[in-house]
Amino acid sequence: MTDAILEVEGLRKNFGEATAVRDVSFSLPPAGALAIVGESGSGKTTVARMIVGLERPTAGRVTACGRDRSQPARSARERRDRGGQVQIVFQDPYSSLDPRQSPAAAVEEVLRLHTRLDRGRRRARVAELADLVGLDERQMAALPSRLSGGQRQRVAIARALAAEPRILILDESVAALDVSIQAQVLNVLADVRERTGVAYLFISHDLAVVRQVTDDVVVMRHGAIVERGPTDRVLDAPEHPYTQLLRASVPRPGWQVPKTR
Amino acid sequence: MNDLLRISGLTVRLPLDGEMRTVLSDVSLSIAAGEAVGLVGESGSGKSMTARSIVRLLPPGALVEGTIRYRGNDVPSLRGQRLRDLRSSVSMVFQDPRAHINPVRTVGDFLTEALRVNQRVARREAEGRAVRVLDEVGVADGPRRLRQYPHELSGGLLQRVMIAAALLTEPHLLLADEPTTALDVTTQAEVMAILDELRRERGLAMLFITHDLELAAAVCDRTAVMYAGRVMEIRASALLHDHALHPYTAALAAARPSLERRAERLVTTPGRPLSAFEAPDGCPFSTRCPHVRQRCHDERPDLRPLDGGQVACVRAEELAVSHD
Repeated sequence: MTDAILEVEGLRKNFGEATAVRDVSFSLPPAGALAIVGESGSGKTTVARMIVGLERPTAGRVTACGRDRSQPARSARERRDRGGQVQIVFQDPYSSLDPRQSPAAAVEEVLRLHTRLDRGRRRARVAELADLVGLDERQMAALPSRLSGGQRQRVAIARALAAEPRILILDESVAALDVSIQAQVLNVLADVRERTGVAYLFISHDLAVVRQVTDDVVVMRHGAIVERGPTDRVLDAPEHPYTQLLRASVPRPGWQVPKTR
Repeated sequence: MNDLLRISGLTVRLPLDGEMRTVLSDVSLSIAAGEAVGLVGESGSGKSMTARSIVRLLPPGALVEGTIRYRGNDVPSLRGQRLRDLRSSVSMVFQDPRAHINPVRTVGDFLTEALRVNQRVARREAEGRAVRVLDEVGVADGPRRLRQYPHELSGGLLQRVMIAAALLTEPHLLLADEPTTALDVTTQAEVMAILDELRRERGLAMLFITHDLELAAAVCDRTAVMYAGRVMEIRASALLHDHALHPYTAALAAARPSLERRAERLVTTPGRPLSAFEAPDGCPFSTRCPHVRQRCHDERPDLRPLDGGQVACVRAEELAVSHD
């Protein structure tokens, strides 16, 4: 696929003797939504960290928006350009926001860095982004300590979108949220993709959430991809025994705990 | 009355930010011998505080009203040996095993401490019992495990050690506070299977705290749903998902995405879960409920029997009828 907005080929990461990621390849189309599913130790977060440049791949290539990003950025400008292509939202909204900065100021700072908007337009854009993720003016002016986990996560999404990335990586971004708040954020994510055309790389252990948000899925285990395909196909008729086990382990209406002996 | 545990009108206030704040309000719940009861709710609903009240592990300065009776004894007035006896008979398993196990002591020290200190069992005998219980929870090679330190064990293995520790004092009631929330889903299934089997074999009663309605349904006979420090509904677990009596339970079930099919849009409830001290007068869910009426603001609904369960909603009958 040459029209992919994100292309990962033969990605590998060794930590000393251990191989965390081996031969991982996938591509994400513009405005697409691809899930990476796996449990702890599967390597899914290491893949995300290599894509944003927080880890350097041992081997393989990452191409985003047609540009190779397997090597560290050589200049501040290159680093900023990369930030404008790919943004990431982490799991814990309590540690990813500056406790002394209001959401409005955090979003404004990103606009100043990544866009050429003047002051008045930046202010208007902050309001637009707040509206997109469902935060009101009062919440945007409050300190993070006054906001709930779900509100903070929406701030993190708004801040990531301020850089107008083509690709948004969501690394377990809804995992820590209460059920009723998680539903609100999942709807926000669907709206944002429809309205902005941003593509999602959605890293999650939660198959029901993956079903709701993504078009395609890769399943990782012990650092390698064991199954891939359209999300509906993989969840309706999983082929790999590990995917089958994952699916069978999810509690759902009528589910019973498996027998041990 | 063959209730093992009976909680009536439990209200708990805690000092928070220099003020006494209500965290539990008029909670009533009973558990029969051998019965598994689920306690489901979101953050701040009071489910952990309810469990902590039962074993008297509330933070300092807590004010407790109402009654908690365990095997006929008044829990809040227990002292000394009788309090230690309660804590042998009621065991607790927590969400994060690493936060509740001393990292510089061996697994063996951790497992045998309660037996050796409280029940004066000799070390060799205590270790033999620990190895047998480890085997029961699916941890092979017990003697070697006893010499290991917590950091040498995976999360799933360590949670089995916690369950083994909880079982070693031969309890009659297990309080399991999100015991699998920190685990991978395949490990969760294994740990739940072990917990469920051991509980049945031993005739052990359980209060199972979780945010996952379906997980509660799989292992519990009845489930209580809490919101803002109050019990909203208690019902046979199998009926909760499709035949909820309370609008909050229905909202919880609808908000969770389905493994089977993608929803066009998830049905959401505006706002966020409230704590007891933030809840409005009248029904605590009234500020978010799609079925709210004026009387929901005026009167606080009591938990009352309906359709084989209990519900705290003045409109429960008419809403149940409209579901069909």
